[in-house]
Amino acid sequence: MDDRKVIILGERDGIPGPTIAECLEAAGREIIFQKTECFV
Amino acid sequence: MSIEPKSYIHSAANILVHVPELVRYGSKCHSEIEEFGEDFVVQLNQRLRNFDEVVSYAPNQTFIGNLKPEELDKKSQPWFENPIHGSSKEGSFGQILDQSSFYMLLKSADDFDLFMLDSNFIASNYSCDDTTKKIFNSKFLEKGSDIDEIGKQTKLEKTLAIENKGKLVGCFRSDHEKDESLDARILLENLSAKASGAFALNRLLSQESIDPLSVEYIISCSEEAIGDRYNRGGGNLAKAIGEMVGCSNAAAMDVKAFCAAPVYALIHAASLIQSKVVKNVAVVGGGSLAKLGMKAHFHIEKQMPILEDLLGGVAFFLSSDGTEGTPYVNLEIVGHHRIGSASSPQEMIESLVYKPLHKVNLTVFDIDKFCVELHNPEITVPAGAGNVPLVNYKTIAALAVMKNELTKECIQDFIVEKGMPGFSPTQGHIPAGVPYLGYALNALREGSFKRTMVVAKGSLFLGRMTRSADGVSVVVQV
Repeated sequence: MDDRKVIILGERDGIPGPTIAECLEAAGREIIFQKTECFV
Repeated sequence: MSIEPKSYIHSAANILVHVPELVRYGSKCHSEIEEFGEDFVVQLNQRLRNFDEVVSYAPNQTFIGNLKPEELDKKSQPWFENPIHGSSKEGSFGQILDQSSFYMLLKSADDFDLFMLDSNFIASNYSCDDTTKKIFNSKFLEKGSDIDEIGKQTKLEKTLAIENKGKLVGCFRSDHEKDESLDARILLENLSAKASGAFALNRLLSQESIDPLSVEYIISCSEEAIGDRYNRGGGNLAKAIGEMVGCSNAAAMDVKAFCAAPVYALIHAASLIQSKVVKNVAVVGGGSLAKLGMKAHFHIEKQMPILEDLLGGVAFFLSSDGTEGTPYVNLEIVGHHRIGSASSPQEMIESLVYKPLHKVNLTVFDIDKFCVELHNPEITVPAGAGNVPLVNYKTIAALAVMKNELTKECIQDFIVEKGMPGFSPTQGHIPAGVPYLGYALNALREGSFKRTMVVAKGSLFLGRMTRSADGVSVVVQV
């Protein structure tokens, strides 16, 4: 995954997008899109 | 430090409105129909439920107060294949309304002649239950329309055909050529929230023999954005609902916070009473038409009935009158998800459950039941949206393990003891913990519970103004 850009789809009752983004950014990944959805 | 006076919570009512022929006007279904045309309508119609199926559906019996959640948990699943025969549409703290009666309410709520309803239909549907009839508006119902004229109107652009049992009985019009906020679909959503909210409030006041004229304040936690293009979301649906129910002496306002609004409304209501602004407050939430059939295509795919065919509504009544043993809202135990807090499930539950409890030296074991978002899993799981209440209970339990308050082996027992299965229709704000209040109040009065905690979350990011989520909680206790 080293050079890959990241697309994040978060889920409100699972793991929200910003939380995943924070982890991956800390690991040096480039986030090109992130969104959290709510299905209820 | 104790806060005096207390804000006692006396009663709660949960209502359901079965509207199979309005499912097509739910936001998702409407766009599916635009994309796939009549094929989708045919598939949808094949899987719509009749009223008896809705009444005998176990989660609905739980919602209106006839089947405790722990009893629902023991029923064979899928619940839609295991109906409870002999079920009643009347609940111990709720009611299920049929579509015909709802159209009568919709017309009764219609101050602006938006809804043309067949005069013959009106004449043959006056025979509703006495409680619901209280909010029929004879002045508006006298304005029935000729069915031929309705037929002509449905040919016009932006007018919605309204059917009952496959037959045209009315139409719903836009009220402005260029204002999207006054489009027929938006106005139908708004008027449905008003009518179902009024049905919930009327049911609450009737079941508790509360004179509508004695209500001093109403808070609506309904989700719809009432207003024109210059005031989208302007609101005060509460006043419109109160007017329909005859609460002429009440002041009113709306609280809006996505799905968390009912719990904010509960806290606001208690605060108004404890600060002596008013002596009583009725909180009401009307149903969300936009969410009808939201997951219909998954249900069609899985060959299930269309379970999102119900508008939900809740109402509860608080006042400063109470004695020892009367349940009250404890404003000393309120949990907030603050602006700077992270949105992870862990942080959310930490903010909403652990921080407020630890602040007053209580633990999760001092709470008899956690009322989290009670979405019916039979609706959400087939759509890949998971079992929402179960996820919340697991998170509460997992955090207890991390804090050494619970051993890992006891997680399942904790979930059974402190939790419950979801039983609410996926109506956004309606499942927000509060549908359990009717059961909680009974258990608190009987002495089998001492404290319950209501926990709700809101998906603020859906409005595209922040990526943050939201949440709020409060304890109801004796």
